[in-house]
Amino acid sequence: MKVLVAVKRVVDYKVQIRVKSDNSGVETQNVKMSVNPPDENAIEEAVKLKEQGIATETVAISIGDEKSQDVLRTSMAMGIDRSILVKTPNSLEPLAVAKTLSKIIEKENPDLVLMGKQAIDDDSNQTGQILSALLGWPQACFISDLKIEGNKLSISREIDEGIEKIESSLPAVITCDLRLNTPRFASLPNIMKAKKKPLDIIDVSSLGIDTDPKIKIIRVEEPPKRKAGIMVNDVKELVEKLKYEAKVI
Amino acid sequence: MAVLVIAEHDNNILKTSTLNTITAAAKLSDDIHLLILGKDIETLSNNAKTIHPIKKILKCDNSKLENFIPELSAPIISNIANGYSHILAPASTFGKNLLPRVSALLDVTQISDVIEIKSENTFVRPIYAGNAISHVETNQNINLLTIRPTSFEKCEETGGGASLEDVQFIDSDVKTIFIGREVSKSDRPELGNARIVVSGGRGMENSENFNLLYDLADKLNAAVGASRAAVDAGYIGNEYQVGQTGKMVAPELYIAVGISGAIQHLAGMKESKVIVAINKDTEAPIFNIADYGLSSDLFQAIPEIIKELNLLNKLES
Repeated sequence: MKVLVAVKRVVDYKVQIRVKSDNSGVETQNVKMSVNPPDENAIEEAVKLKEQGIATETVAISIGDEKSQDVLRTSMAMGIDRSILVKTPNSLEPLAVAKTLSKIIEKENPDLVLMGKQAIDDDSNQTGQILSALLGWPQACFISDLKIEGNKLSISREIDEGIEKIESSLPAVITCDLRLNTPRFASLPNIMKAKKKPLDIIDVSSLGIDTDPKIKIIRVEEPPKRKAGIMVNDVKELVEKLKYEAKVI
Repeated sequence: MAVLVIAEHDNNILKTSTLNTITAAAKLSDDIHLLILGKDIETLSNNAKTIHPIKKILKCDNSKLENFIPELSAPIISNIANGYSHILAPASTFGKNLLPRVSALLDVTQISDVIEIKSENTFVRPIYAGNAISHVETNQNINLLTIRPTSFEKCEETGGGASLEDVQFIDSDVKTIFIGREVSKSDRPELGNARIVVSGGRGMENSENFNLLYDLADKLNAAVGASRAAVDAGYIGNEYQVGQTGKMVAPELYIAVGISGAIQHLAGMKESKVIVAINKDTEAPIFNIADYGLSSDLFQAIPEIIKELNLLNKLES
């Protein structure tokens, strides 16, 4: 079984982001970039499947500029066999990302596609669902548990009400929740090894899909700031404030 | 042109998120249709007729639709999409699971998690866990929007007189089989629309200690929430998680107990009207956004709060 993992390079989750002064977007120059956190769970799951002898080959794919090679090297340092960068100067919308992935999938023929449930930069939470619909494959989103026996998938999904259990079959598209597993750290020897693993680069223009943005970003602004509050001395004061000042209890 | 809202429900009643989404739709058009896909939804559909802004209920009643499998629902929606300027669904796990599939079938780009509607084609949505707010514009023929429920009030549930129509079921060869749902039963208000939320973090130390918060929540008629750290540690179920990858809440009062306040958590609760933080670490970032901070050991503070509340109740009665 072949597993394809989609990986996005995003501003590191610990970075306090800054809105650009011209309100055109968020500053991504000279800030720490990392693998999108739930994509790390997807990588971990793929590597585990390989270690369990369920997956025979694991491939990571990223769509972005030259620098997205970083996250592919990280993926390979975590244990992914090889990777593909689809190069594009612009950031693509989820529909275009899914179309790009589906073109690569036509060539690569994976049995399973794994990715994070959302990217923590634009928080769209769309790509896996769109891809599944484009391919006509079953979808399983926000998953926190996966078992594969032969062709059969047993899945737990995190939903607003709790956990939903579904069964499904390969080929399938799965989006991962942060609770699916604990991504491993890449060891130094594995980081060195990853430098020699194959990384193919192709240009998005060679895929013949429409990647033009359909959404125009007019303005990006800082959220309204909350005004600073006060520290209360004790529980009695807190309860009094809530009762007589804020009037919420 | 008419606007279509996709109903989130449990085959018996509409979820509040649907009523919030209808309010968003009312900013776009006077002609709002509500699509209800499910099993044995005759009563549900008839009850929905009175929802004030709704002009037409469209229902598709089929046993295969009982468990909201998006592979089955999406083609039914895309089949009737023509004739609508906008299709809206709540930005809940239900809507997030479903609407992007419709986007694929219609070949239009969806706009996720809309918090404000500026005009028919201009929308506002948070990005980067709400640390930036993006104003976007589109001129696609059909606009697909998921709506953040906490950003819109519930619509009026009475006074309307919608017509009722059946929509064609489209059978698809779907491989996904629903097995079951593990849903926690609680008499407390629903986290997404409770007036008061009491949330616990890693500082709670274990699941047993959450009983303290349950007691406080019951005293305040509040919902219980949690930070991701508490859910990851197994203190409480995932359905309680508030934050970027969990639920968004905006209650009148949010009490954060033993929560340090990572930006991912703040993303889910900083729209709350009044925020209280209780943490023994005076440096915890949660204090930067709290209206009232109490630097104290939560294991002392929470029982004391319950005691104070009891005293207040006595004074009032």
